This record gives sequence, C-alpha cells and structure tokens, in this order.
Amino acid sequence: MPTIARYLHLPALVACASLTLQPAFAAEMKALGKGEGQVDIVAWPGYIERGETDKAYDWVSAFEKKTGCKVNVKTAGTSDEMVALMNEGGFDLVTASGDASLRLIAGKKVAPINTKLIPSWSTVDERLQSSPWHTVNGTHYGVPYQWGSNVLMYNTETFKDGAPKSWNVVFEEQTLPDGKSNKGRVQAFDGPIYIADAGLYLMAHKPELGIKDPYELTEDQYKAALDLLRAQRKIVQRYWHDAMIQVDDFTNEGVVASSSWPFQVNLLVSQKKPIASTIPQEGATGWADTTMMHVDAKHPNCAYMWMEHSLSPKVQGDLASWFGSVPSVPAACKGNELLGAEGCKTNGMEDFEKIHFWRTPVAKCASQAAGCVPYYRWVSDYIAVLGGR
Amino acid sequence: MSLATFELPEPREGALRRLSDVLTRHTRLLTLLLLVPPLLWLGLVYLGSLFVFLGQSIFSIDEFSGTIVREPTTATLLELFRPANYDIVLRTVGIATAVTLLCALIAFPIAYYAARYAGPKVKAAFYLAVMMPLWSSYLVKVYGWKLLLAKEGAIGWFADRLGLGGALEAWLDLPLVGGPSLSVSYTGMVLTFTYLWLPFMILPVQAALERVPPHLIEAAGDLGASPGLVFRTVILPLAMPGVVAGAIFTFSLTLGDYIVPQIIGTSALVLGQAVYTLQGTAGNIPLAAAFSLVPILVMAVFLTVAKRTGAFDAL
Repeated sequence: MPTIARYLHLPALVACASLTLQPAFAAEMKALGKGEGQVDIVAWPGYIERGETDKAYDWVSAFEKKTGCKVNVKTAGTSDEMVALMNEGGFDLVTASGDASLRLIAGKKVAPINTKLIPSWSTVDERLQSSPWHTVNGTHYGVPYQWGSNVLMYNTETFKDGAPKSWNVVFEEQTLPDGKSNKGRVQAFDGPIYIADAGLYLMAHKPELGIKDPYELTEDQYKAALDLLRAQRKIVQRYWHDAMIQVDDFTNEGVVASSSWPFQVNLLVSQKKPIASTIPQEGATGWADTTMMHVDAKHPNCAYMWMEHSLSPKVQGDLASWFGSVPSVPAACKGNELLGAEGCKTNGMEDFEKIHFWRTPVAKCASQAAGCVPYYRWVSDYIAVLGGR
Repeated sequence: MSLATFELPEPREGALRRLSDVLTRHTRLLTLLLLVPPLLWLGLVYLGSLFVFLGQSIFSIDEFSGTIVREPTTATLLELFRPANYDIVLRTVGIATAVTLLCALIAFPIAYYAARYAGPKVKAAFYLAVMMPLWSSYLVKVYGWKLLLAKEGAIGWFADRLGLGGALEAWLDLPLVGGPSLSVSYTGMVLTFTYLWLPFMILPVQAALERVPPHLIEAAGDLGASPGLVFRTVILPLAMPGVVAGAIFTFSLTLGDYIVPQIIGTSALVLGQAVYTLQGTAGNIPLAAAFSLVPILVMAVFLTVAKRTGAFDAL
C-alpha cells in the first residue's frame, strides 16, 4: 500500500508545522463554548466597577447574571505591575495600555483574538480597530477598551481671554493674562513619559530638530527635550503624581495650569471651580487601553463573553463617564444618561488625530534611522531633572 | 523478716517517650529545634531574599536593549556617584538629619516634663497624648499636613492674621528651604516627618530621663552647680543614650519613607522613591539594588556610632 503510506506522513508534517508555528496560531479560538463559571481580570483601578463605589456605576452584575461567569478583578497601579502579573499567569484578561500591550505581545503572553467570535467588533471605532498597540502583522491581540487624552487644565479666572493656545504656558516662564508670572503656579507630570510631552512641544516649535514622533527621540532631540524640561523645573510648583493631590493643588495652592487628565477636570468642574481644559495647537499625549487575553487563559469562553460585553454601548458609556475617558464604541456616546450628550466631546472624542498615544520608547525605532534613546534612560534622566540637574 | 521490695512499674516505652527523654537530656537540641522555624523565616525568607536583591547590584543593564546583563561588574555601584544619583543620597541623608535634630529639640523638653514633673495622672494623659497620633492612619496625617501647609492653608492663614505673612514669605524666598509654598518645600517635608516620628523620639528620651538618679542632680546642686551646669554636665550626658535611641528611629524611618515625599516636598526624589521608580517603572533592578545598599550602609555607620554611646542600654 505505497500510496497510503505516502500520505500517512502528511498529518505528521502538519502536526510538526503547527508545533513550530504555535506562537502565531496558539490560542485563536474557533468557536465559543459554555462559560467556565468565572473570569479573572487584571485592570486599572476604577476600570471594572460593580456598583460598590457608586450604585449607578455597575457593569459587572448584569454580566454575571447573564453569563454565569463570576468576575474577579485584580487591580494594578502601573503598566509594569500588569506585565508582571500576566507573566506570572493565572489571569484571563488584562486592560493593557500602549506601553504594556506590545511588551505582552512580544513576550508571547497574550493570545490572538478571533474577532469573528466578538459580534460587537464591527461597532468599534474604525480609528481603533487596527491600532499598532494591539495589532501586529495584521493579527489582533485584543479588543479596544477605552482611550483618553492628557489635557492642558487651566484656571479660567487666570486665563480670562480664553483657553491658552500653546503648551508654552507650562514650559516657558512668562506673564500670564492675569498679569502675574507663571513661576510657581504651573505643574508637570512626574512620570518619565512626560519627556514625550517636551518632545511633542519641540516637534512644533523647533522643526529643525527633526522630531517625527515624541516617543522616538534621537540623542540630539532627547538632549533638547531634557534642556526644555530643566528650564521648566524652575517654574514648576510640583510634579504631580496623584490625581487627587493635583485637584487639591488647583484648589488650595494657587496652581493655574498643568498637564492633566479629564478625570481631574471633571472633578474640579463638578465642584464649581473655575477650571477648564483644552488641547493646545501642538496636540497632546494620551493613552489607549486594550482588553487582552492570556495565552494560557483558564476561562477562555468567559473571557470572550467579557470582551463582547465590554464593547456594549452601555458599559462603554458608563465607564467613560466614570473614568473621564472616551469610549472605543462611538455608539456609546449617544443616549447614555451618566455620560450626557456632550460627554464624549468633553473627554476628547474629536481630538483623536491630535493625540500621540503612549508607547514605551525603545532603542530600535521606526522613524529614526540612527536609533532612539530607550526608556530606562528616560527614567534615570527624568529623576535628574526632578532633582534639579 | 524480709526486706520490703518496691514494685516499680516498668517505664512506658514509646517513640514519644524516648523523644522526650532525648530532649530533656540534650537541652541544646531542644533550643535548636525551637529556633529552626523562626531562623528559617528570618534567614531564608527575609535575609535570603534581601541578599538576592542586593546581589543584583553587581549586574548591569544593557545600554541598548535595556535588559539585565548577568555579569559581575562595578559599573552599577559606581553609577551611584553620578551627580544626579549622589544628590538623591545627600538629599535623603540631609532630610533625615534635619528631622532627627528637630525631633530631639522638640521631644527633649516634653520628655523632661513628663519624666520629672508630671504626677501619675498627668503622666497617663501624657502617654495617651503621645501615642494618640500613632493610632490614626498615616495617610490621613500626611494629607492633613498637606492642607495645613498649603498656600491657602491654615498655617499661611494664621501667619497672615498674626502679621507674620511677610516672615513666611521671606522664609519661602530662601534658597533650598524655600519654595512656592510650604507644602512644596523641604521645610514642609521636614515638618511633616517631624510630626510623624516625634513619638518615637519622646518615649526613649523619657525612659532615659527617668533613669537619671535624682540624687545626682541634688548632689550637683548642693555642690553649687547652677541649673544650667547641672543640665549640661549631669542630665544631658546621662540622657544621651535615650536621645540616640530615638534618633535611630527617626533617622531610619525618614531614610526609608517614600510616601511623604510624593505628597509633600519639592518633587525631587529621595532614596525610597528612587528604588521604587527604578525597579518598578524602569526595570533597572541593578541600580535599584545599588540604591538599596545606601540606607543599609548609612544605618550601619549610624548604629556603630550609636552603640559607642551606649544607646542600646536604654531600649
């Protein structure tokens, strides 16, 4: 039976091939089964609410009732913590930001997503469907969750003539519209990623430097950004770290302008403080988070059900209202009670093009042939800037 | 007549019985067995992991990829002497020293009153008053101080009312200790730390002062020494071990804290924050480990000096 024997090795070959190519095909599911009874999620604080903080904000209970999947949330404070937790394993999903998501994909910790199993995929904002922070070589490794922009928050009594047009009010010493200097009255973010904000500012104001992407800085561009930040050190009142402390500083410390998040703006506005926010002409940095599934997820069916659930307009809208972020499903902007009619616009829906989304700077970068300064140097140099060096 | 014989029952034989006999005969073995679990805990879980972490300081981070190179080198330890990093060490030690001195200055009169003049009832109230702040949450106290120190906060308001607004402004205009407002200056940070750690200074100082024999003070007075001289030559030297014991607490607590500097102060990093940022965000574990060595070395020097003064007798 020579002919049969000839074909017998074919399945073996296929098996071998599938083994060698495993990372690429790993866990892309073909069909959904029954829920496994629970799903374990690593998330940012405030990202998955079950009405425990405020009864009106609950997008878990209904999901649990409908699918029978109990949702267990482990919150993580930093992207690095998230990466560490996912490396450790034992979780099904993570709400990863742009810096964490690519590291997770490169580390083969997250599985490709079969978008056919997520009916709401087609409702996702088209601008986000194939974003580079979750799509590699055409393969989707997650479902967009929410995104948001850093904004220039300012005091409307100080800026009587309207919103500041440029970030220069926080970068360069000058007299503000109220006649007093901005020295000691502005803040900057205390994370090393803020160097990108300086890069973005230089991109607009010093085109001769040739900055193409604020997260991809060559040695010279990087040096210029650090010089700008060192000058900024002299006028900064405090480098803010904790959102609530910044809120307090705008209330009690006479701070009038700073890079900030919509969260603080919404909070201060709700307290009837003379505060507003804008995205200046240079654009802004921002973040976009993706729900990703672990390659060894123990509850893949429940995980897929959650991903589908996370895209429902109700969840997206409620979350956007809670967190001050923008839904990745545009339909969520309409008719959400908590978010209101203008909610998406307030949180930055129309500013997508102006936003440079947060990414980990790496040595091998796309836009600069000479190579870029990697993130760990951003950290040590930013420490020096904060220390006045 | 026959001799009465005692019929003693045969000793019960059994594994437990024999074990008990062995342990009774070899008391050292018993001690060893009792000590093994805590020693394992201290040795392996605590010291072991500490040394594994500190051992990382001889590795370095690859300049290009940012990954850790596991080859012994002194480059990372030398990096501590880069100006920006050395600043962090000096800054932290400076703050800790200022806090310790201020604590000693404030604590001594309080402890002196409690040890020498307070009656039993007052003393009970005193203990309660000193310990009370320790019962409330650390964060609540720190945030409370942030509000007190704020530009539009209580301290500024009182200073204005008392006509001292100008003095406060002048202080804030000073280099180093000044800043846009008290809550974003080193002054504010030192005040907050002093408030937090004051009980740890008062209690040992008071214990030391109570142990100063009253008849020595009386004898000095009888021999014609003025109160000032008695204080300098009798009370202070005898109470010094207590002050040093308190200083160990205030100094090491300030050296290791990384919460207060996030909330109050100039945003310039201290040691604890540097370690936290380097290992957490940057993944530069070798440098974080090198930074962790610093407080250990500083405390080792501090404790050696403290031991010479006999501080540990007062604990």
